[in-house]
This record gives sequence, C-alpha cells and structure tokens, in this order.
Amino acid sequence: MGKAKRHARFSVTIDATRPGETILMPEGDWLKQMQIPRIGDLALPRDTKALVLDGTHIRNWDTMLLAFITRLEQYAESNTITFEVVNVPLGLKRLLDLTKSTSNKLQPPEREPESFLTALGNKTLQVFKSFASVNRFVGELVLTLLKFHVGLARTRWSDIWRQIALAGHMALPLISMIGFLIGLILAFIGSIPLKMFGAEIFVASLVGIGILRLMGPVMVGVVMAGRTGAAYAAELGSMNANDEIEAYRAMGLSPMETLVLPRFLALCFVLPPLCIYADLLGLAGGMAVGIFYSGLNRTEFLRQLSATTSLNDLFVGIFSGFVFGVLIAICGCYQGIRCKKNSTAVGQAATSAVVASLICMVIATTIITILCVILKI
Amino acid sequence: MTPPKSPSNPPHEPPPIEVRDVTLSYGQRIIQDKLTFTVKKGATFIIMGGSGCGKSTLLRHLIGLHKPAAGTILRDGHDLWNCDMKTQHKIRQASGTMFQSGGLWSSMNLAENVAFPLQEYTNLNPREIKELCQVKLALVGLAGFENFYPAELSGGMQKRAGIARAMALDPKILFLDEPSAGLDPISARRLDELIIELRESLHTTIVVVTHELQSIFTIATDAIFLDSATHTMTAQGHPRQILQDTTDQNLIDFLTRGTGKTDRQQAI
Ligand SMILES: Nc1ncnc2c1ncn2[C@@H]1O[C@H](COP(=O)(O)OP(=O)(O)O)[C@@H](O)[C@H]1O
Ligand SMILES: [Mg+2]
Repeated sequence: MGKAKRHARFSVTIDATRPGETILMPEGDWLKQMQIPRIGDLALPRDTKALVLDGTHIRNWDTMLLAFITRLEQYAESNTITFEVVNVPLGLKRLLDLTKSTSNKLQPPEREPESFLTALGNKTLQVFKSFASVNRFVGELVLTLLKFHVGLARTRWSDIWRQIALAGHMALPLISMIGFLIGLILAFIGSIPLKMFGAEIFVASLVGIGILRLMGPVMVGVVMAGRTGAAYAAELGSMNANDEIEAYRAMGLSPMETLVLPRFLALCFVLPPLCIYADLLGLAGGMAVGIFYSGLNRTEFLRQLSATTSLNDLFVGIFSGFVFGVLIAICGCYQGIRCKKNSTAVGQAATSAVVASLICMVIATTIITILCVILKI
Repeated sequence: MTPPKSPSNPPHEPPPIEVRDVTLSYGQRIIQDKLTFTVKKGATFIIMGGSGCGKSTLLRHLIGLHKPAAGTILRDGHDLWNCDMKTQHKIRQASGTMFQSGGLWSSMNLAENVAFPLQEYTNLNPREIKELCQVKLALVGLAGFENFYPAELSGGMQKRAGIARAMALDPKILFLDEPSAGLDPISARRLDELIIELRESLHTTIVVVTHELQSIFTIATDAIFLDSATHTMTAQGHPRQILQDTTDQNLIDFLTRGTGKTDRQQAI
C-alpha cells in the first residue's frame, strides 16, 4: 500500500429547525489519491430521514467523488432515506446526471446465478454434448471427404499444397535431429544388456524393429502434434475469434471444405513419408552406435538388420503414422473450430489439441499393437 | 447541443501536444509528411481524413507507441523519445486510449478491464475500485454489464467499454480512434454527447480520429485534415472555418460528401 494517504475532509451538520435532516459537506480536495471516508466514518445521526450533500466547499475533485456520491445514494436507498445533492460544481452535476440518464443506458440481459445442482447438471450434460460434437465433427469430415472424392468439395489444391509444405518439409530439420538421436539412444540402451550376453549383434534387430514399428511413427507423431496440431488449433481459433470462419459460412462455403479438409489431407499425406524419413535417420543413428561403440562392422549390421526385420515392420509403422496424422488433424482442427472468441480460449485450444492428440496416439498405438499380436503381423 | 468553442491554452503552460515538422512512415514508405500542429488544453481535437490516410498511425505516434521518422512530438513540453524514464512514465499514465478495434482484454470481463489500470497505478482498496468501475461503466451507459466479457458485447458496446477503460484513471488526455464508426446514428450521437460532456465536466483534452461528418461538426473545437494524395495535412482549424476558407477540392469533397462547394451551407 505504501505511504499513508491524506484524508478527504468533510463536515456533518444537523439542521435543528428541520428534524431528521442531515447535511454532509465535503471540503477541499476529493481525489483518488486520498483516503475517502466509508459510510461508517461519516457518523450520520441514527434518526436521519433526509440526507443532503452540499458541495459548496469542494475544491478539486475527480471521479472518486462521483463514486462516493453513488455509494451514498445506494446507502440512502437501502435505508429509505431521501437523498439530495446541492451546490456541487457544474461538471460534477452533469456527470451525475449522465450516470443516471436513461436515454444513454443499455439494458443488460437477465442472468440468473446458477445453483450448485444446476451447475453440476450442466457440467455433466457438457461432457455428453462434447462427445456428440466430436462425433458430429468427424461425421461432417467424412461427408466432406466423400464430397471431395467425387469432386464436389470446394477445396483448393493450392491450399492443400500449401499445408503440405507447411507441415511437411518444414518439419524435416526437427525430425532429422530427433530421429537420429532417438536411434542413437535406443542403440546405446539396448547394447548395455546385450553386451552382457555377448550378443551385441542384436543391437541391429533391436534398433530395426524398435524404430520401424514404434519409435519412428511415435516420434514423428509427437513432433507433429506439438508443431502442426497446436498451430492448427491456434490458427483456426483466432480465425474464429475474428469472424473469419463465419465469413466463409456467410458466403455459403463450408469451413470444413475450405479450412479443415486441406489441413486434414495434408497431414494424412505427409505423415507416412515423414515416418520413412525418420526411420532412415533412426537406423543411421543406431548403426553409428553399432559401428563406433559396439564394434560391429557395417555389412554385419546390415545383414543382421535385414535378417531379423521384415517389410511388415515398416508397413505397420507407416500405417501407425497415417493413423496419427488423421488423429492430430482431427484434434487440432476440432479444437480450433469450436474455440471460444477470446485470446485465452485460443491458448487453451492449442493446449487441448496437443494433449488430446497425444492421448489418442497412445490409445491408437495400443490398439494397433494388440491387433498385430493377435493377427501375428 | 450548442457547438463547443475552441479553448485557448493557458499561458505559461506547455500545450498537451505539440507536433513539429513530423514525418510518419512504415519503413521506407512515407505515410504523412511535414505535420505541424498544436493541441490546446481542453480541446476536442479531430484528426480527419479518408480511410488509409494515416489517421491511426498519427494517433499511435501522438500516444508515443511509435517514434516519428523525423521531427519531434512534445507532450506537455517533453519529447517522449528524449526524456528520462520517470517523465515518460508520468506522461503515459496521464493519457487514456481507446483503440480502433477496442483493444479490450478478451480474457477479462468489463469490470476487470476497467479495474486493471486502477489496480496497477493507484492504491485504492478493492471496494473503491469496484465502485469506480461501476461509475465509469455507468458513465458510458453500460451499468450492469460488469460481468460481461468483451466477446459477448456488440461492437458499439465494446467501443463504449473501451472508453470506460481509457477513462479509468481520469486522464488529462483521451485518445479515441474512430469511436463512432460502425454505430447506429443514435448511439453515435450519444457517444458525441458523452465526449462533449467529458470535455466540459472533467476538462479532459480529447484527440479523436474520425471520418464521421456529423461527429466532426458536433464535437470539434479544432481539427486537421490529412490528405492521402499529397501525404500531408492540408488544413487546420475549426471544421466550419476550414470549410469556409478552403479551396482544396479534396477537402471540400470530404466535408460535403462530394456534393461540392455550392452545397456547403446545406452540409453544415
Ligand atoms: N503496421 C503497418 N505496417 C505497414 N503499413 C501500415 C501498417 N499499418 C498501417 N499501414 C499503412 O499505413 C497507411 C495508414 O494506415 P492507418 O493509419 O491505419 O489509416 P487510417 O487513416 O485509416 O487509420 C495505410 O496505407 C496502411 O496500409
Ligand atoms: Mg484507422
């Protein structure tokens, strides 16, 4: 709070000839930087029936005095005291009138505070509603895809290419680095127990199966969820806040066709090649460890790799990557499109998009893995 | 409503804003050149001109958000870009701004928007702040909207709320960027009345960007016209005076909605 504030001065007088009437006279300066009295500090007589604020001795004032008078007014009203303001500076009078002027006033709509039970009920309904709205979104997306397939959707190829460029080759540097390092780490960790059994050669198999089936696509998925999924949510969310999405709707264009589909197709299209790229770099990382740390030679490593991994491993990985692309695009676009119109909501949409993508990816990986075990792929 | 008269700046006191030979540009592109004018204390100063002529840009320079490419802008006699931090801070605090798009913080409700500067710059207690917010919102006709978020309001209401926030600290200068653009005629007129009321009761100096003729003739005590073709100001003075004196066809078209000089009186 800092230094003590000067007190605003005032005097209270009672008019003996008129019982029940109290005259309150603010004196000198009444400004924001001063200590303004509370109602209790005024020590108004108990039997006050009429309160008069006389502004004859006011020197400097600002809107703090206005707030004080408004407070008095409310106090008078709740205690059935009549209240009157006299001899105040002209400007103050005009502002007082303005705060009460009805010609200027807008009527706020009624808003009932909700009880705990209502709030609980609404929250529960919200959960069901959000399920329904995800379903509707996915359904709409499928319909739009069908429309696109038969050439009826108003989706521009130029948009799709742009999104592919944004999501695809611009992610290559990041994926190169992470891919190589993950291969390296996997090989290092694997070679520790394998060394104990003198079976270092199996590092090749470990890296091969691990990267191709799981680590490659998961890594790409995580990078894309953080990089592209969040961007989709933030971009569409702020477009929504600026009525840009409504602008499409108003022209009879579906935002599904103009905004969501290009992003969806772009992600489905770029994820598989990115997976292959990450696989190659991951294998290179693993091979580097195999050669320089475990002392294998290159032909040995490659022979072991091709003997113990099959094309199926690669295909399962690519398929997972494709599924991740679908999920990330859906999570990102859905969060963006349904985002509320304020800046906090845009931030939340981006966060939710990433979190939802990661959860969906883990669940999808589990399902794919179990299916592969059952189907012996 | 009687049209306000032009005030005279108190002698021996630097004017709130003095602009000397200022050039505004974005990079290499010059928006306005050779601007020289003074905003007197207690004036309602209008910056007028067509869309894209640089009105908002000039306002941002006056506020001190951008540094002019050339020339000086003095606020209360101080060059904001060439004075100590303390003076700079004091001058910034003494002004309030309503941006063209409102600039309300969308994650806060109206009461919180107005309360924010009060919480930062005064040591009022929460209750006093709440009361002040209510009064400010009541002044702009938004009593009862304390708990609404900007996104729940119409454009005109957002503008009013923007003015309430700009007035939070009872600034000596108020900058308003197109306060009545996009409002219905009645709301626009009430906003004009509000501006006149603020000027006369709180003696606030008000700088308004607008191209609404009605507003210009109602509230102005002083004005400049920025021309987008010649990239400089082509007139200065009370709008009525400007209209009577000028021979510049662009300006006459602007002030008469393109109906020409013969219709001047009618336009007023
Ligand atoms: N941030 C910016 N960067 C570059 N040019 C700008 C920027 N903001 C505005 N401009 C240009 O400056 C000119 C004046 O803009 P502005 O001051 O917003 O006009 P108005 O008079 O309509 O308020 C316009 O031609 C606009 O294109
Ligand atoms: Mg503008």
